[in-house]
Amino acid sequence: MDGKPEQVRIIACGMIAREVLDIIERLKLGHLSLTCLPAMYHHHPEKIAPAIDKAICKARSEGYERIFVGYADCGTGGDLDKVCERHGVERIIGPHCFAFFMGMDAFTKLEDRDMTAFYMTDFLARHFDTFLIEPLGLDRHPELRDMYFGNYEKLVFLAQTEDDDLTEKAKAAAERLGLAFERRFTGYGDLSTALLETAS
Amino acid sequence: MRPAIIWNGVQKMSDEDIVLSELPDDELVLQMHDDLYDGLKEEIEEGVQILLGRGWAPYDVLTKALVEGMRIVGEDFRDGILFVPEVLLSANAMKSGMAILRPLLAETGAPKVGKMVIGTVKGDIHDIGKNLVSMMMEGAGFEVIDLGINNPVEKYLEAIEEHQPDILGMSALLTTTMPYMKVVVDTLKEKGIRDDLIVLVGGAPLNEEFGKAVGADAYCRDAAVAVETAKALVSRRHNRGPA
Ligand code: B12
Repeated sequence: MDGKPEQVRIIACGMIAREVLDIIERLKLGHLSLTCLPAMYHHHPEKIAPAIDKAICKARSEGYERIFVGYADCGTGGDLDKVCERHGVERIIGPHCFAFFMGMDAFTKLEDRDMTAFYMTDFLARHFDTFLIEPLGLDRHPELRDMYFGNYEKLVFLAQTEDDDLTEKAKAAAERLGLAFERRFTGYGDLSTALLETAS
Repeated sequence: MRPAIIWNGVQKMSDEDIVLSELPDDELVLQMHDDLYDGLKEEIEEGVQILLGRGWAPYDVLTKALVEGMRIVGEDFRDGILFVPEVLLSANAMKSGMAILRPLLAETGAPKVGKMVIGTVKGDIHDIGKNLVSMMMEGAGFEVIDLGINNPVEKYLEAIEEHQPDILGMSALLTTTMPYMKVVVDTLKEKGIRDDLIVLVGGAPLNEEFGKAVGADAYCRDAAVAVETAKALVSRRHNRGPA
């Protein structure tokens, strides 16, 4: 051991920035530094892999040897994995943030139970209007609601923190979407474990 | 010509000045393309009625006014000029136009190119893209049996048995549900009916390589490609005739 741990660059989705920073602070992982890509890429997953590719190159040019990608597959259909493989970096295991917050073990055991569930996270509860309502055009065209959500029955709020305000917001969101409401506390799930492993 | 995308009052006001029934056929059709682009359902219904009233064959109204208009929407969606809500609104407008035409098309014996069974695979309840493909396939003269969302292999098998389609279409938008397409194709193989069907797959996270890997005949990037591919593969099969 030569004392100082190696600096690690985390390149993550803007949707989980707050959570990553909180984990870094709580677990005292000061040698992890975070850079984010726009959360809006969620709606345009074809942008994710090329943007990560660039961000990895940039981090390398800044001298970071160790890099970790704070994305799941996120609808890139394997493209993100190809980029990661090419650069020899890892990403969080799983298909999307809902799965890794829940924990992959729990997620794979769900089977059909959440078939008609629409998941919400702390981020989505906080940014419901700007991140869901507006990009889906529901502010301008509320009549589209049932074309989007007609197949859904409940909104499941996967809560990362104990926060009554957010729970209220998520409840209001469920009501607006015409869905039943359920709250499940997940904490940071596999995200903590992944960052801890990366840090070690 | 591509209409401006203006969502607020400006474009609406000038549109209100246009009396559809006073436009000559060619201008009316162009106006309908604009109205489809803007997702104006009532205007599309009115335009369809006017053209029918002028003695247009339902099939011509469908292809020249609706399908062509939707083709432009599809192109601009592909090029990132339009986004999901706009496409949904356009699809809605087209749907209401088609609802008027459908019974008339049946009566007038419009050409039938083939039959397709389509559905979103098990575990997945995304259906916007699938619905768009269904609509454009129908617009291109295919009979479409839409199985909706979350379809286990049994559902596909039942529908194939009942409807004897030329094409089976599967849609998936989730990384977790894409692999199920292979389950369906493998089951078709086991049952010895894989080669009786053209299998088309689609959905944003898929690609050509994946289409091949699951044993589909083709992966289609969007509804326009789906129509072209379906037409080409069906006519190739017909030319080849029974083995
Ligand atoms: C709109 C949307 C929704 C809507 C769906 C409304 C509906 N009724 O379908 C809502 C908001 C409800 C939703 C819910 C969810 N979604 Co969603 N959604 C999207 C989004 C933004 C757009 C999809 C879309 O409709 N595109 C528009 C249509 C026109 O395009 P398309 O589907 O690609 O279809 C075209 C082609 O692909 C092709 N095609 C499609 N199907 C077929 C079939 C055949 C046979 C052929 C030939 C061609 C073809 O032609 C179509 C027309 O041109 C995507 C991101 C993206 N941009 O892809 C995420 C996305 C697919 N969703 C995602 C997720 C995670 C979910 C949820 C789990 C989220 C949640 N909070 O619970 C749930 C799903 C639950 C479930 N069990 O299915 C992820 C998937 C990640 C992954 N690893 O797979 C994505 C990629 C977002 C992301 N970056 O994370 N979603």
